[in-house]
Amino acid sequence: MSAASLLSALISASPGASLGGSLGAPSAWRGAAAAAVVEADISIDWVTLSPVAIVLGAAVLSTLVEAVGARRSRDGVAVQPAFLRIVQVGIALLAVAAAGLMALRLALHVDEATSLNANGAVTIDPMTLYLQLAIAACALLGLLVIADRTVQGEDAFAPQAAAVPGSDYESQARRRGMTQTDVYPLVQFATGGMMLFPAAGDLITLFVALEVLSLPLYLLSGMARHRRLLSQEASLKYFLLGAFGSAFFLFGAAWVYGATGALRLTDIAAAAALPSGLDPLLVVGLVLILVGLFFKVGAVPFHSWTPDVYQGAPTPITGFMAACTKIAAFGALLRIIYAVGPGLSWDLKPVLWTVAILTMVVGTVVGLVQKDVKRLLAYSAIAHAGFILTGVAALSSDGLSGSLFYLFTYGVATVGGFGVIALVREVDSQGHMRGEATGLDQWRGLGRRSPVLAGTFALFLLSFAGIPLTSGFVAKFAVFQAAFGAGAAALAIVGLACSAAAAFFYARVIVAMFFEPAADDQTAEFETLADGIGSAGVGIRTLGLNQIAVAMSLAFTLVLGVAPGWFLNFTRGLSQLIS
Amino acid sequence: MDSFPWLTVLIAAPSAGGLVVWLGGGVIRRHARHIAFVWSLAILVFSLVLASRLESWTGDIQFAEQVEWIPSFGVSYAVGVNGVGMLLIALSALLVPVVLLAAWREQSSPAKQAHYAALVLCLETFMIAVFAARDIFLFYLLFEAMLIPVYFLIGSFGGPGAKKAALKFLLYSLAGGLVMLAGVIAVWTEGPGGPEGFLTTSLVGADWGSTQAGRLIFLAFFVAFAVKAPMFPVHTWLPDAAQAAKPGTSVLLVGVLDKVGTFGMVTICLPLFPEASKWAAPVVVALAVVSIFWGAFLALGQNDILRMIAYTSVSHFGFIVLGIFAFTETAEIGSSFYMVNHGLSTGALFLLAGFLIRRRGSQDMSLMGPGLQRTTPLLAGTFLVVGLSAVALPGLSTFVSEFMVLAGTYQRFPAAAVISALGVIMAALYILIAYQKIFTGPPREDLAGTGDLGGRELWAVGPLIALMLFLGFVPTPAVDLLRQPGADVARFIESGGPLVEADRLLGDAPEGDQP
Repeated sequence: MSAASLLSALISASPGASLGGSLGAPSAWRGAAAAAVVEADISIDWVTLSPVAIVLGAAVLSTLVEAVGARRSRDGVAVQPAFLRIVQVGIALLAVAAAGLMALRLALHVDEATSLNANGAVTIDPMTLYLQLAIAACALLGLLVIADRTVQGEDAFAPQAAAVPGSDYESQARRRGMTQTDVYPLVQFATGGMMLFPAAGDLITLFVALEVLSLPLYLLSGMARHRRLLSQEASLKYFLLGAFGSAFFLFGAAWVYGATGALRLTDIAAAAALPSGLDPLLVVGLVLILVGLFFKVGAVPFHSWTPDVYQGAPTPITGFMAACTKIAAFGALLRIIYAVGPGLSWDLKPVLWTVAILTMVVGTVVGLVQKDVKRLLAYSAIAHAGFILTGVAALSSDGLSGSLFYLFTYGVATVGGFGVIALVREVDSQGHMRGEATGLDQWRGLGRRSPVLAGTFALFLLSFAGIPLTSGFVAKFAVFQAAFGAGAAALAIVGLACSAAAAFFYARVIVAMFFEPAADDQTAEFETLADGIGSAGVGIRTLGLNQIAVAMSLAFTLVLGVAPGWFLNFTRGLSQLIS
Repeated sequence: MDSFPWLTVLIAAPSAGGLVVWLGGGVIRRHARHIAFVWSLAILVFSLVLASRLESWTGDIQFAEQVEWIPSFGVSYAVGVNGVGMLLIALSALLVPVVLLAAWREQSSPAKQAHYAALVLCLETFMIAVFAARDIFLFYLLFEAMLIPVYFLIGSFGGPGAKKAALKFLLYSLAGGLVMLAGVIAVWTEGPGGPEGFLTTSLVGADWGSTQAGRLIFLAFFVAFAVKAPMFPVHTWLPDAAQAAKPGTSVLLVGVLDKVGTFGMVTICLPLFPEASKWAAPVVVALAVVSIFWGAFLALGQNDILRMIAYTSVSHFGFIVLGIFAFTETAEIGSSFYMVNHGLSTGALFLLAGFLIRRRGSQDMSLMGPGLQRTTPLLAGTFLVVGLSAVALPGLSTFVSEFMVLAGTYQRFPAAAVISALGVIMAALYILIAYQKIFTGPPREDLAGTGDLGGRELWAVGPLIALMLFLGFVPTPAVDLLRQPGADVARFIESGGPLVEADRLLGDAPEGDQP
């Protein structure tokens, strides 16, 4: 119980924590300025910074709206919670869409936009803009899933996340129809942090962005409406292991600073290129920083939080987090490795290879025995982190563009996949809808009960499996051919073998959905499962936002599978770092 | 040749029909099988018209189309056919209406009929496209994409154990496909690259950097094709799939799909990796001989009629591969012809097995007979003729191709040819024993009232038998299509390099049977 109370304390402090995060941006450039003493004047180009600035600014606005709206409703004054919710959803969607469009505009005029912003604390280069665009796109899809609610007006979040599960307070909150609208500012803060993460030009900004993106996610993970304890456990685990990862990162940054006397990545790169007696110090520092980032991308052996958090978090949040965090964290990883790494590639290669192979193998093998759809996708996410790492480990321009392409396609398909999971619910014998039906057993026969939903999910799974004519295949091809071309054929072959094995567990879900008898006959079997799960999953009716997001993800997945040419070129054009 | 995209139309047409059948409601749904059947007949006519317009004596790729697709990976949409591809396309187009006709009453509801017909038509698109693909990447995509309709055809419409068999089929094929993907990637990174880096024309005689690299890439492709073909020792998925699937599905699976494996050996392994092909030939020939006998012995031991036919196919695929890796003109032509004949013969055998199963309610041969000959003489007669075609009886087209394969192989691997010739005796054994079990002897009591072949069933099998007889006496129309490509491949391997290609580019056509 202590875990739950600690968490509720955490959650009740959420506005404060988020505000602290938003102040991160100024402190970032202060840190950078301190590192580079010579540069006293701080110049900020707000245009190129606008994608980040818009989202974080809107997040502050959302927090204010929340503060006003929430107080009045607690006093019992008749302010429609629905009204508050519509405002919040509107702000969030508009902000993320505007940020995405801004990033796109900058990306189309990338030569003019490329610069070191805020005295080098923020790097605006083609890769940054591409990743910001990708994050904004996935966050927009994710927000649609998050904002959706059933026709009965139930969303995925607890009416009052601060309430102790099962308490009077909770049931009272539910009766009064309260909704947890501070989800939206939190998502915006996380998105802002993610967009800043791959853009960071020095280690301090990198760390601040890491925290800005992580803290809201810890909170969001604990807010599931159903299976509250599982959700709070997930939140706590995520928080503890995330803090652990952050500590590694900071420790590494200290070592690097010790070795080079610099925090800015360009300075570190310059120091790394010169042979010096302090190389081991620098390598240890960089490896520790990479460990911190490996935590975030969920690479083995730093993956242990992934399955629990993916399973426990509210499904729309899982989708958002799985897609956007992966893009952002890999963005930062790519920046560290490709900006600082070249001088040290011989030292970093063994680390990257080991982690990539371990990640692919463990993700695939453990994924084979999962019985819960969300956990299964969590292990799939681990395996995919490994596939992307093969592209990263190629240390070539093909590897960079392949990884970037992979990140985007994987992110979009992931949001869609979790969107579908959010729509498949248990319905009890009275016809009341209950929580999500995530047990693989409950998905049996879904193809007959909700053919469109099951077909859509099957296509996402085929994309994850890397079946031709889906974007997943093109992405896998891109990273594996980069690995082959860069002399990392062994990595590519392990990757291919793992793809073959992973195809099995995706096929298992498809078989369950389409070929196995409906689960109704086996109700008895479910009684033994946790949480008293009782019935087969069935597609539910909602306002339709989720379906829009799923349809868009599906369209992306298929179009990029059939005609990837233009987007590959777009990616290739933007896969450059500032040098 | 005009620039109209004939092949693309031929490729797209079945899917378009399939889509209409699948999505259509009302009248379309009620008459789904009629529409699909008529449509597939139209496609057959279309493919025959194309075949007649093919200038087969040149041996060149014709009806060629090429559009840039993913230039950053060197991928193009490139299709075109020579005689071998055209003949296999015609075979696919022939078997689809036959299968639709044979499955006329198999599905109970109109919805299921529509679903089945749509899947078969969708598969036809992939079959035609894969035989027309002139880009390795495109070929690979289609090679994999074909799995999906087949998977559903086996899994959704098959009998007991179908799900398991479908999964086994899928996993074997996916594993083979991924090995091939490694090869495809290596073709791109080790080969000439560039925006047309996957076109077969730019890869023929390519320099793979080192002998070692060429051999490894060859192996990647060969393993995938061997799984598909299927050859000993990676054939075990086929009997399970054939046993569980509807016989109609098996007709397409064994008759056409597995040919993609041997077709790939002829059009990808040999021209792209002549050195590696020569290097691997002894082992491949040995495996082919083992396949011939392994398949035949296991066919002898089967009680399930569908499993038996599946094992006979393993044996026949041994002959096809044997001919391909003999590298003589006669053997190459024979192998290509064998592919077509095997499609006709095994297709007809699966159809007859299906008719038998529907009558007797069991796949077990010992429960079907004995003595069925008395009540169903027509069925017995057709079974005997079709069975003897599997034995390669003179007068049937299979004899011509088997003879060519053995004669051609004898020129290079006499021992292998002599041993393989014994396989014909084995074939006679397994077919005649099966015939004996089912049709001869004193009739069982419960056979009374078993109907003979009906009109629809005769129309399904009849054309196949007629074609086998016709090609048995007059093989020229088919052999003419195959002669020049076969001769080219043989000469190409013999010369060990791109000499033949260079000759052709200079317009100096090699001595052939020109009209």
